[in-house]
Amino acid sequence: MAKNDLQGTLDLLVLKTLAHAGTLHGYGIVLHIQRASDELLRVEEGSLYPALHRMEQTGWIASEWAMTETNRKAKYYKLTAQGRRQLQQAEESFDQLVKGVRAVLRYA
Amino acid sequence: MPLLRRIANLFRRPRLEREIEAEMLAHIEMRVADNLAAGMSREEARRDALVRFGNRLATKERTAAQDAALGLESVARDLRYALRQLGRSPGFAATAIVILALGIGASTAIFSAVNPILFEPLPYPHANRILTIWDTFRGERLETTFGTYFELLERSRSFEALAAFEPWQPVITGAERPERPDGQSVTASYFRVLGVSPAIGRDFQPADDVFRGPRVVILSDRFWRKRFAADRGILGRQIKLDDDNYTVIGVMPLGFEDAFIPSAGIWAPMQYDSSTLNDFNTWAWGHHLRMAGRLRPGVDIDQARSELDQIASHPQPQFPRPAWASMQSGSLVDSLQGDMVRGVKPTLLAVLGAVTLLLVIACVNVTSLLLGRGVLRQSEFAMRATLGAARSRLIRQLLTESVLLALLGGGLGLAVAFAGIKALVALGPPGLPRVDAIALDAPVFCFAFALAALVGIAAGLIPALQTPRVNLQSGLQQGARTTTGSSQWTRRTLVVSEVALALMLLIAAGLLFRSMQRLLSVDPGFSTDHVLTMQVQTAGHKFDDLVSAPGAGNAVRRRFFAQALEEVRKIPGVTAAGFTSVLPLSNDPSWVSLYGAHFEGDPPDRRHQVFRYAVSPGYCEALGIPLIRGRFIDARDVAGAPHVALISESLARRQFAGQDAIGKRVHFARAEVPDFTIVGIVGNIRQSSLALDEPDAVYLSTGQTWFADDTLSLVVRAHGDAAALAPAVRDAIWRIDKDQPVLRVVTMSKLRDISVAQRRFVLILFEAFSLVALVLAATGIYGLLASSVAERTREIGVRTALGASRADILALVVGQGLKLALVGLLLGVGGAMLAGRAIATLLFGVTGLDPTTYAGVTVLLLFVSAVACLVPARRAASIDPMQALRNE
Repeated sequence: MAKNDLQGTLDLLVLKTLAHAGTLHGYGIVLHIQRASDELLRVEEGSLYPALHRMEQTGWIASEWAMTETNRKAKYYKLTAQGRRQLQQAEESFDQLVKGVRAVLRYA
Repeated sequence: MPLLRRIANLFRRPRLEREIEAEMLAHIEMRVADNLAAGMSREEARRDALVRFGNRLATKERTAAQDAALGLESVARDLRYALRQLGRSPGFAATAIVILALGIGASTAIFSAVNPILFEPLPYPHANRILTIWDTFRGERLETTFGTYFELLERSRSFEALAAFEPWQPVITGAERPERPDGQSVTASYFRVLGVSPAIGRDFQPADDVFRGPRVVILSDRFWRKRFAADRGILGRQIKLDDDNYTVIGVMPLGFEDAFIPSAGIWAPMQYDSSTLNDFNTWAWGHHLRMAGRLRPGVDIDQARSELDQIASHPQPQFPRPAWASMQSGSLVDSLQGDMVRGVKPTLLAVLGAVTLLLVIACVNVTSLLLGRGVLRQSEFAMRATLGAARSRLIRQLLTESVLLALLGGGLGLAVAFAGIKALVALGPPGLPRVDAIALDAPVFCFAFALAALVGIAAGLIPALQTPRVNLQSGLQQGARTTTGSSQWTRRTLVVSEVALALMLLIAAGLLFRSMQRLLSVDPGFSTDHVLTMQVQTAGHKFDDLVSAPGAGNAVRRRFFAQALEEVRKIPGVTAAGFTSVLPLSNDPSWVSLYGAHFEGDPPDRRHQVFRYAVSPGYCEALGIPLIRGRFIDARDVAGAPHVALISESLARRQFAGQDAIGKRVHFARAEVPDFTIVGIVGNIRQSSLALDEPDAVYLSTGQTWFADDTLSLVVRAHGDAAALAPAVRDAIWRIDKDQPVLRVVTMSKLRDISVAQRRFVLILFEAFSLVALVLAATGIYGLLASSVAERTREIGVRTALGASRADILALVVGQGLKLALVGLLLGVGGAMLAGRAIATLLFGVTGLDPTTYAGVTVLLLFVSAVACLVPARRAASIDPMQALRNE
């Protein structure tokens, strides 16, 4: 359960990043998450890749190889229509989770 | 489709891993570059990048696993779940699997058997260019004469090769028991017509096929292996056939099939003397040859037909024709394939139609079964959807279940098909062509499997597709009792169509059954019990008619048969014995015994077609043909005595109405043969088949016919078991001459069974199919009612609470089921009439609208339906109203 939630959170972060940035390679996603969270969220960089590949197989994101601005080959990811829908759902259920957890914390 | 992509990825694993490696490497290098830009030393930048990235090897493994294995893992999970689901309702699973297996297996077996016979091209190059050519007699096909063949060969231009041929069974003597392999006597062009040349040695040349030409033979691969142990030095070897030495000049390739005599193992040139064609009194003008030709490229069958008609209607003086081979009604030309399947085509098409119906019924049944199950599981799906299962996930789950069912059904179906093919070949009636070519037909199996699986999958998916549309709350609240009206309606339609289709099959089977009953009750005109029959042949130069002593061979032959008969009669247990030239209900070709007879009092040019039998004294007694008036042929009627004849009752009645036939005269075609005086009238018998009433027959004495047949059938009547006498009878004949072959040893009752074998074959198949159809229809009704009762528990509870009696409830449910059965019956009657018309050629003694059959089948179907209704009805009647209502 807990593992699923964390995984779900990482998925949400990746989807949101891609929704914001359009197309991005894995390194760029890591940088964006760090920057956007004010360095609060620091993922082990390698652990991003199984998640990216899983989401691609599920059909939420698509990938293609392209050149970076420093002329290096990298794999770029972008959101699919299905991924966009998933993002919306995930955001909603994350809000619910946060609200629920907050409420419990306040109650206690 | 993610699942497929993942499975595909499994096979591209090395490439995939290289790609992941490259992706990760790019990540690390970008981090190193950024670190350098931030002012780290080269080594520091690198170490930091690697630490931030974490365990590279483990990450690579996990990433690759996401691409491939996760998909499979989830397939395995789905599969396990599906198995558990099926295991939870074993009755449903077993029923669905068995229905699928029967539908797939039976149709595959039948199509596999029928395909090589009716549809597959014959195993010859350009087989569609091979034609068969027959003479005609009153619209029926008749073997041709050498004279006709010779004229067509000289005059026709449509054919690349034209061949004549006839069966030939040479005796191979010398071994302890004479053997008689099947073979053909052929013109030199025979194998060129078929388009196959020997694998070893050479084909026949025109020089081989001349009068008194070299005695040469070509062997089949099978015969060569069996008799000569595949000796490659066989060419030039001499083998002794019919007392003569023949040189082997070739061996046909492995797998070569002689379409005309599949068992043929040996072929020799025919060697007719074409210079004697002006004399009509020779064998060259007897109707005993088959003819086939290979069309020239670019010539089609219609062109060949019109050319042959043209030749037939324009005789030329250098090709004289006798009256009986005048070609005045042309020839019958057919493709080789059409010719071969002529006798069995209606049978096979009927069986094909029946099995197609069965496959449709099976598909309908599985659909209705899966629909019913889907309804029952709707609450399960509603529950899972509420708990967050995606619709695609549910569809995948159901798909897995359906595919699993289809695979299990298909696997079992494959076994059914193999067993079915084996049974078909074993059951197959004699005369079924190309039996050796029958094998499991993979495309047909795939087709039947795909059809049944698709139907199953489509039906299985319906509940999943409906799930999101169902209001989840109501789905959960009403539990298993919920149903959508449309699905019930669909299932009713399916059950009705099942009943209708089953009725069609049952009526067809019923008509065939009645035909068989009628046929077996036909009195053949003689008694088939306690009678043993066998063919006794004569072979060797001792029977030759020499120019120096004409008729000497005939005399030797007659003496052998007479002595053999004497010897057989001495065997204890034999009560009567006699020879005949043609045995009723056997495969003796009827044309050899059809003669034109001229009776006393007929107009001079009038000829009456009759069966002419040459029989020895004792024959009628042995077979049990009753004597109506006069006397049988007996020991008096030898060569020198006055020529006598027996006629059948039918002839006596028609030819000599109001007069006494005894003492009247009958004459046969040839001028030099004297008249025969009628001395007895015997009962009518069935000659070629129980189904054919062609009783006109004349019996002459074997001692008084104009030539002695070289093959006669011996008929022995026994006290007890006739079959047990066979060895004793054979030994008795061989005591007279050990070199004479004794063949086709079989009891008369067995011959009678064989003569109806093709009908029995069709009947057994139809009975089996219609039985399955009946059970399936009953299952359909039962399944529908059972789920309907389960759904209506509350309603029934209310009815009971309001005072409905047990009988009322029973009547309610049974009535619901019988209503469906009745609608199906009404619809099915129309189809059954069509089915009856389709199999009209297979019927005997009943019409396609036989009221007894219709009544019987209707009662049977209603009875079985009522039984199928009764079980759910009793469950409904035993519903406790308190329990039913409290459960709400």
